[in-house]
Amino acid sequence: MKRGIYLRIALITLTVIIAFFFMLPNTPIFPHMPDWWKKNFTNRGIVLGLDLRGGSHLVFEVDLKRAREITLERIGMHLQSLLEKKGLKPSVSIQGEKIFIQPVSDEAKKIISENYPDLSISVQDKNIVASLPENAFKKVEATSIEQAIEVIRNRIDQLGVAEPTIHKQGDSEIVVQLPGVKDPKKALEIIGKTAQLEFKLLDEETPLWKELPSLIKPQEEESLLSQWKSKLPEEDEIVFQKITNKETGEVYKRPYIVKKNVLLTGDLLAEAHVSIDQRFNEPYVSLRFNEAGAKIFEEITGKYVKRRLAIILDGNLYSAPVIQEKIEGGNAQISGNFTLEEARDLAIVLRAGALPAPVKLIQNVTVGPTLGKDSIEAGKTAILIAAAIVSLFMIVYYRLSGLIADFALLLNIILLIGALAALNATLTLPGIAGIALAIGMAVDSNVLMFERIREELRLGKTPKAAIESGYKKAFWTIFDSHVTTLITAAVLFHFGSGPIKGFAVTLSLGVAINLFTALIGTKTIFDFIYIGKERKSLSI
Amino acid sequence: MIQILGKTNIDFLGKRNFALVFSVVMIIIGIFSIFQIQAGKANLGVDFAGGLSLQIRFSQPITIAEVRTVLDKAGIKDADIQDLPTERKLLIKLKKQQQGAQDLIEKALQDSLSAKEPLIESITEIGPKIGERTKRDALLAILAATLGILIYIAIRFRFHFAIGATLATFHDVMAVLGIFYLLNKEINLIFISALLTIAGYSLTDTVVVFDRIRENLGKVAKGSMSLETLMNKSINEVLSRTIITSLTTFMAALALFLFGGEVLHDFALAMMIGILVGTYSSVFVASPVVLLLGKNSLIKR
Repeated sequence: MKRGIYLRIALITLTVIIAFFFMLPNTPIFPHMPDWWKKNFTNRGIVLGLDLRGGSHLVFEVDLKRAREITLERIGMHLQSLLEKKGLKPSVSIQGEKIFIQPVSDEAKKIISENYPDLSISVQDKNIVASLPENAFKKVEATSIEQAIEVIRNRIDQLGVAEPTIHKQGDSEIVVQLPGVKDPKKALEIIGKTAQLEFKLLDEETPLWKELPSLIKPQEEESLLSQWKSKLPEEDEIVFQKITNKETGEVYKRPYIVKKNVLLTGDLLAEAHVSIDQRFNEPYVSLRFNEAGAKIFEEITGKYVKRRLAIILDGNLYSAPVIQEKIEGGNAQISGNFTLEEARDLAIVLRAGALPAPVKLIQNVTVGPTLGKDSIEAGKTAILIAAAIVSLFMIVYYRLSGLIADFALLLNIILLIGALAALNATLTLPGIAGIALAIGMAVDSNVLMFERIREELRLGKTPKAAIESGYKKAFWTIFDSHVTTLITAAVLFHFGSGPIKGFAVTLSLGVAINLFTALIGTKTIFDFIYIGKERKSLSI
Repeated sequence: MIQILGKTNIDFLGKRNFALVFSVVMIIIGIFSIFQIQAGKANLGVDFAGGLSLQIRFSQPITIAEVRTVLDKAGIKDADIQDLPTERKLLIKLKKQQQGAQDLIEKALQDSLSAKEPLIESITEIGPKIGERTKRDALLAILAATLGILIYIAIRFRFHFAIGATLATFHDVMAVLGIFYLLNKEINLIFISALLTIAGYSLTDTVVVFDRIRENLGKVAKGSMSLETLMNKSINEVLSRTIITSLTTFMAALALFLFGGEVLHDFALAMMIGILVGTYSSVFVASPVVLLLGKNSLIKR
């Protein structure tokens, strides 16, 4: 019997040492540990969740429908230029995920299938109809999300957030976690901007300009677009420029008629940074294209001298300068009513590249650093007070046995924190609640056993026999009640999101560890005190 | 030896008709509140309903009316403004996700209440798609947990007990939901976790009672005692531990309620109500159901 006790004491001591070992990174001692220790042993410990640390949890949905459209538009544009080069005078249009090409000829079909073997081609009412099979679309969707994640990562790197996490969720969502982000609003703006930069030509020949209002209010945008839908020539569209009255701060929109055809896109940018115009002291973004982009830019500017080139970002026109002469070297600039801040943000998104498709924010949970700090303080206080009240109650009600139960409780808390640290678990605010509840439940097992022991004593059993049969008989009651709590914790873990998962983790670990501390921890002490020498009374 | 209760001899099962009425009313309120939640008439958190929720801290005391006037002036009419248990803090909720709404609110507060230094402490913005998904997940979670518990109890106990335990659990969840609805407390994801925890925990008491009934069933000779007497005897025998186990967890929940901060305040309240209701139901719901189902079959073995 005695050897069994020492073995159990050794086991308990060992678990406590292991718990402290894992806990170390969360204590103020850790920075003083020698370097070889920090390098070779665990250095993460418990990680604080965003709700305690402060930060943003963002979920974006990638517009996959738009990604599919964009792919078709690209293919269409490319086919158009390929067929033009062969002198076929093609007309290419896209309707409902199908590309319609006129006129029908074997040569055109050959060009299409050579360049895009994925496309399935048929002839319908004097049109070549090309469509992309669903598995090719699926590939497009997958790469769009990968690219979007890459672009978002680049942008966040430019923001300088420490330890961001970015990952895919489900089919079309991207989760971005930014712990400790200082300006969440700015982060949101930068991450969410599509940053599709396009250069298009203004249609200066159309007489419709005379009918176009020069300035409208932002809310009139939609009605103007629907009014003009039928009036515009096929190859034109209307885009708006945002005009801010610097004195009153009022915002207006100025409509422009531009050619739909995209001459150059931001994909070919090599560099973007902010400069200040010396004359007006106004910031602008200067761009430099890569070699391929510079060549196209030179071609365009050479071909359209004295015409106006619209610089459009995410559908908004920023400026429409007149091309004075052919520009070599691929340098351009975007100016137009920026604050320095706006110009900087724009340069960031242009540098990091455009998103393959627009993204929409569908979830934003942001906790400020002060609230996080308050929550930790409140959580600590609540846990300490819960532990104090419960232990005091146990001592008053069960006396020496209560003290033993309190020892088990302490053991429970130490092992729980150690286990959380060993798993590098994320501690959230509901997780703190889980710890507090686990404290309440931890002594439950002892209460069940003590009451059983009291009952056995009342039947006239000796302390030794009462303890033995009390433990034996209470065991299954304790086991059953713990398992049902574990079942719900498992369900919470499976269905819950971040903070709730944290709760499920602390609760289930707390309950599982409780089985160990209540059944082995307190029993060992009872054995140590009462079994070695047969005593006449039991303090319970 | 300190004892809260000495030897008791209360006829619990004799009061089962009063208990029946009480419990049925609780369950009806619970079910009614589910319909109200479906109809969007309950105080649903943005994590389910979708929309925008801002927690704002002021440097001085503030009233809902003050904030309402400011928001009205800024043209934000459909905002739901709630007090938080922590002083000088308010919650502003908007049902729909609107572009720029957050900036508008922030600006209005900064402009009109700058003396009280409004500070946005947390932002929760949920799109309708996520809200629907969270609702579905919460429902699935409740179903999965109930099923899991039912299966476990069915394995560990005889069928009558499993039905009794599951009904008692269902009763507890409905009662807490109904009380929260009546108190107009926010029904959110944290509350759902509290409900599930209650579902798991309320079984502790039920298991304690059932274990004793099962044990006594083995001891009693055929025909020597009616099932009702035996169950009453068992409940009385374990009454003090039923109360004390609930008491210790209740104390922990109370500490969270008083000191845990505004986010955990309602969670702790739900737990406290759940612990009380769970203790009640182990005696007045779970046991009468077993009695009803097992009158003829249980005692004969």
